[in-house]
Amino acid sequence: MSIKETINSAKSGWMAGGGPEGDILLSSRVRVARNLKGYAFPHLLELEKAEQVIYAVQLALENQVLKDQANELEITRMSELSPLERQILVEKHLISPNLLTEYQKKALALRDDEVISIMINEEDHLRIQCLLPGLQLEKAWTLVNQIDDALEHTLDYAFSEDFGYLTACPTNVGTGMRASVMLHLPGLVMVDQVGAVLATISKLGFTVRGLYGEGTEALGNLFQLSNQVTLGHSEEEIINSLNSVTRQILTQERQARKALLHQRKDQLEDKVGRSYGLLKYAHMISSEEAMRRLSDVRLGVELQLITGPTSEQLTELMVMTRSSYLMHQREGKLNSMQLDVLRARTISTKLNQGG
Amino acid sequence: MLCEKCHERPATVHYTEIVNGHKAITHLCEVCAGQVQTGEFGFIPQINLPKILASLLSQSPSKQSFVTQTRQETSCPKCGTTESLFTQKGLLGCGDCYRHFEERLGPLMRRIHGSSSHAGKVPERTGGRAKVIKQIKEMKENLKQAVAREEFEQAAQLRDEIRELEQRLSGGENNEH
Repeated sequence: MSIKETINSAKSGWMAGGGPEGDILLSSRVRVARNLKGYAFPHLLELEKAEQVIYAVQLALENQVLKDQANELEITRMSELSPLERQILVEKHLISPNLLTEYQKKALALRDDEVISIMINEEDHLRIQCLLPGLQLEKAWTLVNQIDDALEHTLDYAFSEDFGYLTACPTNVGTGMRASVMLHLPGLVMVDQVGAVLATISKLGFTVRGLYGEGTEALGNLFQLSNQVTLGHSEEEIINSLNSVTRQILTQERQARKALLHQRKDQLEDKVGRSYGLLKYAHMISSEEAMRRLSDVRLGVELQLITGPTSEQLTELMVMTRSSYLMHQREGKLNSMQLDVLRARTISTKLNQGG
Repeated sequence: MLCEKCHERPATVHYTEIVNGHKAITHLCEVCAGQVQTGEFGFIPQINLPKILASLLSQSPSKQSFVTQTRQETSCPKCGTTESLFTQKGLLGCGDCYRHFEERLGPLMRRIHGSSSHAGKVPERTGGRAKVIKQIKEMKENLKQAVAREEFEQAAQLRDEIRELEQRLSGGENNEH
């Protein structure tokens, strides 16, 4: 599958569902930051040197060891894509918004199943990332680790005995690793416990963000939990503690859902049913409302209050109804009202054929 | 009952707060409750990372802050990044910056990470000394376990191997293979 096909399809590997704890935990992600020795970090890199970095990575990707382990990774320079196509890659979580600025310096290497990607010249020269459905942090780390080893056959990394892998921002130095899980926590939000739970987590060296990365609120009750500290602990230690904190939250969310079913079943069924009806029959719907209603319906499906759509379909709709993706499907500019109409139609078509 | 905040939509969320034994109930609609929630839990306000780094750096126990001493401000010989540039952007310029600003970065690292020394992976091919150090650390751990299991023969062998590695480190002859 080429990068253009990737952009055209709303589905991503991580949405396939069926991952462990998939009812609450949508995806696990591990990324490491690496820089090449002898080159300034990307924000100080001239265009010509940036191209040299991209080329060095491209050569390293042709290494046979790497091909055996990770299959082919296709490299695409950001300048080869339209602004809209780049935005879609952001909405699909394949690149960060950072790759949109000074895009002439930047590139993306992607495996066709979208599980493995490498951002080149983002904040660091390389950001190697693995994204898997459900709770699979260990597996994600193993994959990233293998690719990192294979790349190191050819590339000289900036590394220091004391500080470990050197990164542009000192908050990433050491392992350069950020591990995260994406959680759907409607239960905790509804019983008003999410704040307390998340406040506790932040005391343990983890951070919580809304779904679409930095600078956006938690749309659709989706939260991203990741490690804060990268220096002084081994990768395995970080993965293990994130795993156990995540399991705690899963237990709490399940308890909240159980309590809701037990104590507020009528209100819950009403909320789910209203949202389902609205999604099925609304003629116009905003992106924010769509996310909220899809979250309600997803909860309803998981608690078996309604039948029809599958969790995967709902996750897919959460991506499909983002503005850029819709815009791309229409190959043109739409005003916000037209977008809302198109969004409502996309959702109702999917839900009415599903059940 | 209408929402106490917007007075437009029906209140569906009843928020009970107990402060010092005093109970207060707020009746809100879903929309306003959502805003209160996001506001209180701080998802929207974004913290400015460079500013925090700058403030952490200026709290370093050094007597003089070099942001005020612009004349003596040093810059990284490799990429030219200065400390004030770093505190502006929150980003270092290149790998050499870490060596150049080492004295100042150590305390900053301890503030951010609670540690200033790497304990994780080491590059296989170019790891050099760091690889040996990590190996020694692992062997010492094995030694402790061997002693605990009273496997003294294995422990003695490990001890000898550790000694040999340590000599290699201090002697400076460092075999990268």
